[in-house]
Amino acid sequence: MLAVEGLSVQFTDRFGTNMAVEDVSLSVDRGEIHGLVGESGAGKSTIGAAIMGLLPAAGQVTAGRMTLGETDLRALTPVAAHRLRGKRISMIFQDPQTSLNPLMTVEAQLIETILAHEDIGVAAARARAVSLLEEIGIANAKDRIRAYPHQFSGGMRQRVVIALALCSNPELIIADEPTTALDVAVQAQVLDLIRRLASTRGVGFILITHDIGVIAQVSDRVTVLRGGKVMEQGQTLRVLGQPEHPYTKALMAAVPPLDRKLDRFHLPRIAGEALPQAETDTARVAEDWLMAGTGSGPGPSLDLSGITVRFRGERRGLFGPRDDFVALDDVSLSVRPGTVMGLVGESGSGKSTLAKVIAALVHPAEGEMRLDGAALPPMRARRRADPSRRLVQMVFQDPYSSLNSRHRVLDVLSEPLWLYGLEPDARRRARLARAMLALVGLDASAADRYPHQFSGGQRQRIAVARALLSRPGLLLCDEPTSALDVSIQAQILNLLKDLQARFGLTTLFISHNLAVVRQMSDDIAVLKEGRLIETGPSEAFFAGPDAAYSRDLLAQTPTVRFDMRAV
Amino acid sequence: MLTRLMRNEGVWLFTRSPAAILAAIATLAIVAGAAFAPWIAPTNPYDLASFSLIDGLLPPAWEDGGSPRFLLGTDDQGRDMLSSILYGARLSLSIAAMAMAVALLLGVGLGLAAGYLGGRFDAIVMRIADVQLALPAILTALLIDGISRGILPREMHDDLRVTVITLAIALSLWVNFARTARASVFVERSKDYVSAAIMMGQHPLRIMLRHILPNIVGPLLVIATVDLASAILLEATLSFLGVGLPADSPSLGTLIRIGMQYLLSGEWWILWIPTVFLVVLVVAINLLGDFLRDLFNPGMR
Repeated sequence: MLAVEGLSVQFTDRFGTNMAVEDVSLSVDRGEIHGLVGESGAGKSTIGAAIMGLLPAAGQVTAGRMTLGETDLRALTPVAAHRLRGKRISMIFQDPQTSLNPLMTVEAQLIETILAHEDIGVAAARARAVSLLEEIGIANAKDRIRAYPHQFSGGMRQRVVIALALCSNPELIIADEPTTALDVAVQAQVLDLIRRLASTRGVGFILITHDIGVIAQVSDRVTVLRGGKVMEQGQTLRVLGQPEHPYTKALMAAVPPLDRKLDRFHLPRIAGEALPQAETDTARVAEDWLMAGTGSGPGPSLDLSGITVRFRGERRGLFGPRDDFVALDDVSLSVRPGTVMGLVGESGSGKSTLAKVIAALVHPAEGEMRLDGAALPPMRARRRADPSRRLVQMVFQDPYSSLNSRHRVLDVLSEPLWLYGLEPDARRRARLARAMLALVGLDASAADRYPHQFSGGQRQRIAVARALLSRPGLLLCDEPTSALDVSIQAQILNLLKDLQARFGLTTLFISHNLAVVRQMSDDIAVLKEGRLIETGPSEAFFAGPDAAYSRDLLAQTPTVRFDMRAV
Repeated sequence: MLTRLMRNEGVWLFTRSPAAILAAIATLAIVAGAAFAPWIAPTNPYDLASFSLIDGLLPPAWEDGGSPRFLLGTDDQGRDMLSSILYGARLSLSIAAMAMAVALLLGVGLGLAAGYLGGRFDAIVMRIADVQLALPAILTALLIDGISRGILPREMHDDLRVTVITLAIALSLWVNFARTARASVFVERSKDYVSAAIMMGQHPLRIMLRHILPNIVGPLLVIATVDLASAILLEATLSFLGVGLPADSPSLGTLIRIGMQYLLSGEWWILWIPTVFLVVLVVAINLLGDFLRDLFNPGMR
């Protein structure tokens, strides 16, 4: 149905031109789901935009043929292309929050789209809209259709977006990361829906994603992309089961398995590329310094009891009571000295809030914290000079916002040494900062550059180096890899594992990704809507969780099946 | 060196914007002319011995009856217009610059603190700002002028006229800076690098000045440029209305006020030349401000 042959796209900017997509061929049949998988910069979205005819102004298709049925997509006039978009090809975007108009009811948006493509009356369009919503699984569609987008949950909103894409009975739907913004449970439902639509309606899908688990779950065929080129293409089972290209193998090896714990990720080298290797001599300086500070013993224990956090809500009426939101409800847990506690839960379950309570960024309404037996004061009671300020350090989720973009890396790294008075001499501070960069696998010359000159993974290494330069005992890692590509994620997880083991850091590791948590943690705690569902040793949990909710969570995580895995 | 300069996005965009280049040339020329007025102006308009009534009301050099000695003609006292304008621009620009400095210090300081501390301090500062916004600049100037007239002896008050007008302009412009700084701080505060600094236990002053301030200079720079033009206009307005500077030390506004008398008498240059000069200066600075705004806000490009 859709055939793309030898597609090349190039982008022109003031430094010249670069090829975003080079010689890509692929085809999609009726009812087939074709997955495009690759890391950021692989050109996945560019291919989608090129097929759709929606490349940004700087992009240009330089070669190749694209045909949809009998229509040559490259030969279309702008008017004809406009008529084709939406009618024969539709698109689903990543974020349902921004792809729906918040000021229009779902009904108005659906009817508008239907009327734009078909010459029927409003009443007929409304009937069609209702039946579409029913088809995509929105209960009580007749009433719900009058709601505004914000009155739907994230997953439901994405369903509405899919319904919008279906309005004109398209032959092809391009879904660009359709489930990335969703929780696992919701993701599973949306993927099921896509699968069902492909088989019942015969719609062809191009599914763009960075997540191999998603590909494994729904796609029929897969194209593995890297740097705009096709690495490998074929039936999903074959490509993921017996990958032939070294890049596919490397990608597969980097995906954390849910069903077992690896000591380390084995990252096969791809020809012509070296992973950053620590300069051992320089790194030794930092290692010795850390050892001298923390001693050889394990880090402190952390005990939380009855932590409750309420966020102030809106007043209902002028004198009415406040509608407080309970973010954490009586959470008690203990992290044993020198071990890793994995904290999992869906978005909004309070994972990050708990880390912020420990880091004194959020004040708990009730509860007590103890660090190595000594009371750890909550936010408002923790003085600036409190010794725990140095001992508790955090690695944030988004490495693009956690480093001050106006400070050189050297300044970022020297700050804790200066602040805590660990190293009074500025030249020795600089030497130690460079040594720490080597320890986390970066070149010492990185110190003289600014954060924006680094990739996400390198930035996260810098963030880890900053945390270590406080000589911490307790490390809080709040989704440290969720903003990163899988191969980078594997590197960062390896780094964290190594450092944790070597320096005996007590670690609280937060993630929504169960497979990642399994690789990292000794113990595990599950949060749901601010309540602790269960806690216990990690391996026992993954063998058979106690709580029903945990079982659901495990079952819904998309996995690459073991027999498909190549290592 | 040049290629490295061209790699800078700002420089690159600048070379591709004729409006910005023209505006920069005009602004630089005027600022340089004002700054070096004592050296490049043909005469010193403050020196009573340097002009005589015989030369009064001469038209510009290119008109019939003009003299090459007075390129832009003379006023009724025989003062060279070009010299008056250069000296006037000198006074106008220095008052505007000083007012900007005061407004920046006051506005950014209060806005930074209000945005970072939030709560009651924020509420109080912002309400004061709201009140300030409701008062026209002229009213503020009249108020300060009146108060200083009342409490200061007469000679001292005359000496302080420049200070009074500077303060009046600063007081009506600081609100812009305070609001912009506060809004930018709100955005930065939610970023993790600020959380990291708070968590580490850094001093709030250090977080505000060393961590947040460098990240919000972009929007502030834009406001400062656009407001510099407003400050020049405000000074001209106040002087025009007679609240500002006395006739013996004429700024651009004073020159325009004096020129008004000749609007219909045929001696057009006394009014029009300073007016056009003022308009060119303000438009050029505004164009530069627009360029900076586009530069710091890529979404608008």
